[in-house]
Amino acid sequence: MAGLELLSDQGYRLDGRKATELRKVQARMGVFAQADGSAYLEQGNTKALAVVYGPHEIRGARSRALHDRAIINCQYSMATFSTAERKRRPHGDRKSTEMSLHLKQTFEAAVLTQLYPRSQIDIYVKILQSDGGNYSVCVNAATLAVIDAGIPMRDYVCACTVGFVDETSLADLCYAEESGGVSSLALSLLPRGGQIALVQMDARLHQDHLDTLIEAAMTACKGVSKVLDQVVRQHLQEGSTLRE
Amino acid sequence: MKETPLSACERDFILKAIEEKKRLDGRQTYDYRKIKISFGTDYGCCFVDLGQTRVMAQVSCELIAPKESRPNEGIMFFNIELSPLASPAFEQGRQSELSVKLNRQLERCLRNSKCIDTESLCVVSGEKVWQIRVDVHMLNNDGNLMDASSIAAIAALCHFRRPDVAVQGEEVTVYSPEERDPIPLSIYHMPISVSFSFFQQGTYLLVDPCEREERVMDGLLMIAMNKHREICSIQSSGGIMLLKEQVMRCSKIASVKVSEITELISKALMNDKTARKAGGRCGFAESMPQERITALKVDETPVETADVTEKASTIIKEAEAPPPTAPSPVVPVPGVGQVGLGLQNTWGVEEEEELEEFSSGDDVEEVTKMEEDERKSTKDDVVEISDSEEEEVVILQPEKPQKAENVKSSFHQKGAPSSKKKTKQKP
Repeated sequence: MAGLELLSDQGYRLDGRKATELRKVQARMGVFAQADGSAYLEQGNTKALAVVYGPHEIRGARSRALHDRAIINCQYSMATFSTAERKRRPHGDRKSTEMSLHLKQTFEAAVLTQLYPRSQIDIYVKILQSDGGNYSVCVNAATLAVIDAGIPMRDYVCACTVGFVDETSLADLCYAEESGGVSSLALSLLPRGGQIALVQMDARLHQDHLDTLIEAAMTACKGVSKVLDQVVRQHLQEGSTLRE
Repeated sequence: MKETPLSACERDFILKAIEEKKRLDGRQTYDYRKIKISFGTDYGCCFVDLGQTRVMAQVSCELIAPKESRPNEGIMFFNIELSPLASPAFEQGRQSELSVKLNRQLERCLRNSKCIDTESLCVVSGEKVWQIRVDVHMLNNDGNLMDASSIAAIAALCHFRRPDVAVQGEEVTVYSPEERDPIPLSIYHMPISVSFSFFQQGTYLLVDPCEREERVMDGLLMIAMNKHREICSIQSSGGIMLLKEQVMRCSKIASVKVSEITELISKALMNDKTARKAGGRCGFAESMPQERITALKVDETPVETADVTEKASTIIKEAEAPPPTAPSPVVPVPGVGQVGLGLQNTWGVEEEEELEEFSSGDDVEEVTKMEEDERKSTKDDVVEISDSEEEEVVILQPEKPQKAENVKSSFHQKGAPSSKKKTKQKP
């Protein structure tokens, strides 16, 4: 896609956003009655569904149990209809396993697992439509689902993918920008303390630009956290008014 | 096979040492272990030693049809094999989490950074392209497999030569190495990964963790860079939380290390080139060092002797007075000499002995008391060497014949009904 201009002279991107603008976030909590916690989140055209079960007794291998905290089991999968070409292997391939590991790592840092020794928390995320920023949307959806399940966390876990083009950082990349050879950085952050739970970057970026890129990612994550906070408060308000 | 769990005291020891800025093998915080790069007899085979961690990479090529979405680009395929050869904790066949993690990291480090010109691998657009396959095998795991693999992979790619190809209209001719010299791949830059391990929730940081340190660490940050200070990949793993300043600091350290390692690789490639030209022997067998002790020589250790006299005199002054010598032998009883004070029997056996004796009867009570005294004094005076439980040791006191007889008789008396109990008391 050599002809596409990722950032025009007036500062507009392919979908008309400015460089630091995030895509529209719409979310709904408590989508399923069966699961302990569930959430559906849309960020632009990327749609993800997250479901949380737990904390419950460890299923399967008892040897995995940790005596002082809960283990977090994550599974990431993409629906076969989520990408432009039908996906032949929705889970079990290397990329999905890697993504599941990253999600597990992110939530192990954020969830207060010390409160539930010898138990297991399951987080299942499915991408229904993929338009870039898969990891970030999964993390945001899973955060809402964990909050819906009532599992205590240190802080909201917000993630965002940023790219670097023409000396400017672009926040919240879409698929066209990601595959256009832009160096992209995915960052998940606990906004209040500014702690980074996971950082992942591909493609070449000069060391001098790393600082600006991480800063841009952190600002974008803080923006996402405000939106998530609003969603949670609204959900709680609706819930409490219904009960009255 | 499940890994032997790390003992709590070993873990505490390693963490404590790290707090005091000490490492198990004496390295500094930012030091790498000794890196040794050697090449095999075939082009594209590379062995890397990172301390005790040994890794082998082999590059091979094949002509196949390209992907539909990219008809004029060659394909790169990476594969890392973790076999029980490297460590009994690795299981044969099963794709463990570590294997997936290493594979994906190597792919992202080398493929996404576009270090190799894939368009030059195209032979006939849309029909035939070269598929370059890099297989990395772990030979010994002593920590930091990622760095060793990345060095081995990139060195092997630099070393590799693919067969020459000529396209004439519709005909494609692949020349064998005998007909035409094989040509090297066109490599833009060399991405090298540097691993940082974090301890105590990110307070302490170590570069190039060895296996023990890896077991104890909280998390790992991998930064892949090339010598032009371009970051090719960053990946954090483990449940740690980092701060932006830590990531920036690590990237600065990484740039220094990467330039050193790139130097090493270039030198190794040069050496190999000259060795091949000169017709010397090269290969895996040659790269193994011949460990033979041919001479034993210990360097003279310089010892500071300038202030020895002062030190000695201060030590003597401050030292405690030597303990008083034992009194000269005391003769409590003729024929018996006692040096030193006897020790109190701490086995608690005397109380037991007393109880038993009291229970065994009244007629022996008097004898009992005497016996106890005798016993105590005998314990003090006479050392019985025999540990045998079967033997009854009879102690004769020649100057007190009456008592001795009593003792003797009482011994025998005691001996008969409860020999087992009594013999236990003999030290």
